[in-house]
Amino acid sequence: MDDNKMILLSDVSKIYHIGDDTVKALDHAKMYVDKGEFVSVIGPSGSGKSTLMNIVGCLDTATSGQYFLDGQEVADYSRNELARIRNRKIGFIFQDFNLLQKLSAYENVELPLIYQGLSPSKRKEQVEDALNAIGLWDRRDHRPNELSGGQKQRVAIARALATHPSLFLADEPTGNLDQKTGGMLLDIFHRLNEEGNTILLITHDPNVAKEASRSVKILDGHVSEAKDMSEIEEVV
Amino acid sequence: MIKSSFKMAFASVASNKLRSFLTMLGIIIGVVALVVLLSITNSATSTITDTISSISTNNITVTITDDKDKPLSLSDLDDIASLKNVAAVAPSAVSSGNIRNGSDTETIKLTGTTADYQSINGVELASGRFIRSADVDNHTNVAVINADTAIDILGCYNTSQAIGQSITIDGIPYTVIGVVKQSDNKVLSQASYEAYIPFTSLERLSTTVRDVTSFVIAPKSDAVSDLAQQEINSYLLSRFSNDSDAFTVVNMKVIADTLSKVTGVMSLMLGGIAAISLLVGGIGIMNIMLVSVTERTKEIGIRKAIGATEGSIMLQFLIESLVLCLIGAGIGLGISALIIAGINAFTDYTFWLDARVCVVASIFSIGIGLIFGFYPARKAARKDPIEALHYAG
Ligand SMILES: Nc1ncnc2c1ncn2[C@@H]1O[C@H](COP(=O)(O)OP(=O)(O)OP(=O)(O)O)[C@@H](O)[C@H]1O
Ligand SMILES: [Mg+2]
Repeated sequence: MDDNKMILLSDVSKIYHIGDDTVKALDHAKMYVDKGEFVSVIGPSGSGKSTLMNIVGCLDTATSGQYFLDGQEVADYSRNELARIRNRKIGFIFQDFNLLQKLSAYENVELPLIYQGLSPSKRKEQVEDALNAIGLWDRRDHRPNELSGGQKQRVAIARALATHPSLFLADEPTGNLDQKTGGMLLDIFHRLNEEGNTILLITHDPNVAKEASRSVKILDGHVSEAKDMSEIEEVV
Repeated sequence: MIKSSFKMAFASVASNKLRSFLTMLGIIIGVVALVVLLSITNSATSTITDTISSISTNNITVTITDDKDKPLSLSDLDDIASLKNVAAVAPSAVSSGNIRNGSDTETIKLTGTTADYQSINGVELASGRFIRSADVDNHTNVAVINADTAIDILGCYNTSQAIGQSITIDGIPYTVIGVVKQSDNKVLSQASYEAYIPFTSLERLSTTVRDVTSFVIAPKSDAVSDLAQQEINSYLLSRFSNDSDAFTVVNMKVIADTLSKVTGVMSLMLGGIAAISLLVGGIGIMNIMLVSVTERTKEIGIRKAIGATEGSIMLQFLIESLVLCLIGAGIGLGISALIIAGINAFTDYTFWLDARVCVVASIFSIGIGLIFGFYPARKAARKDPIEALHYAG
């Protein structure tokens, strides 16, 4: 086992049965992400991107194949163990932000830390650091509906950042944002990556995919390396 | 974790005040029903039992309705007094006479009896003494009067001044030898003028009192009250040719026991009804919690995605239903206290909030919160994270 791999998928398949039909959302997928890498996954709608993200994010388990996260195989884990991995190792960033509307920015960022069982003082420290890192500390008492789309997504990034995850997992993080805001967000991802964080970014936008240091394309559940820019562009 | 859960639960309850209140209403009504009804029955029960024990010690009263031409005399009572479990017997012949109050004529209730009557019925004297055996043997015209008689007829507000004075009953002068203590219980002494006189004296005074047709008995102890009753029964049966309709035997202890059983059953019944309404309140909680779980599917999905375990989701919803029930119980207890205070203020009754009932109602509410919160909480905890995350609602 290579110590340097944050993600390693080996022949991972996900098969859905709908009536008599079987859909291979992932078909013997092989891919890896090194520690400290910024990798994008690009593919058209229905290609299996979200399925991949769910398995990598431990929200779902594969039908067959092996998945190693940070050197440990994610298999036969109980639902509670998967929750624990999501809590401590994965930092999710979703297209539609997925912030809790009733909680303030501060409370949203604090929530995963509560589930980690951290003391209030430790939580405050980490929330403050995370909100400062994305420049929204002075908006900490605002609720999501009092924030712009870009600000919401930055709060979501802070929520991921606060837990010090092994992997940032972003599914179309700029999909609901205008180009300028999206660009600003990508700058944050670059900065996070420069600070040593591992990022897997899922998108169907070639311009976004290009931001990553390496791209992986996915078509009908088949995953393969995208060698250059033209390959990225012809995927979608 | 628990502290944060409580904070979140309060926030969630507070965020939809009207709905939370409507949800709690069932619990509030249930708690009010339980606490008010049981407090009232418990207050009433202890008032009744206090009253009964203040009326008399646990004596047995016998009334002869058909003497078969073999009437009982005072010496027959001595036979009854010598029964194994009987401590004392005294006749209780009731009649009435006229007394003069200034220019008016008043009626006085007369009870002809003997010395033992005092201990059997627990007659308490304010001053003087009760009838003695010598008074009975000698047909002495002495009277033990009640306080009203001392005050109205003799004008003696200080009862000891009445001792030695004379009152005239049906034209015959009686010497007052004692005054009965004023009873706390006005209801129990309807006749305002009363006097105890020796049985033998009443026999001479009254045209109707000839034989002993009514008498009171004290058993050796409360424990042998039933045995004493049986002995008296068999004595009277053999005397009156096995005719059980010739006499009636009333045992005050049996009456008191029956009464406390009745009130016990009553509070059990009312408690049961109130508990059912609390249970219905619990179903209301479950209903709203289920709606809330569905509405918050997305929230559950987000929480699960960022690492909430099934246990912590479960805890969150359980605490929420617990908080609903606890606030409901608190409001219910407050309203109950107001209702009881209101009843006390606007009626002659004095009821009190029974602390035990309050504790029981609170525990019951907590139980309901947990039981009826369990299923919705489990439903929330078991939600599939991916489906929950993509729930559009
Ligand atoms: N729960 C499911 N049950 C059955 N089929 C599913 C399920 N989830 C996904 N699929 C199928 O698996 C395939 C891949 O779906 P997936 O959601 O991964 O696509 P995607 O690349 O994320 O698309 P998009 O860009 O539109 O989000 C699709 O054909 C889809 O119909
Ligand atoms: Mg998708």
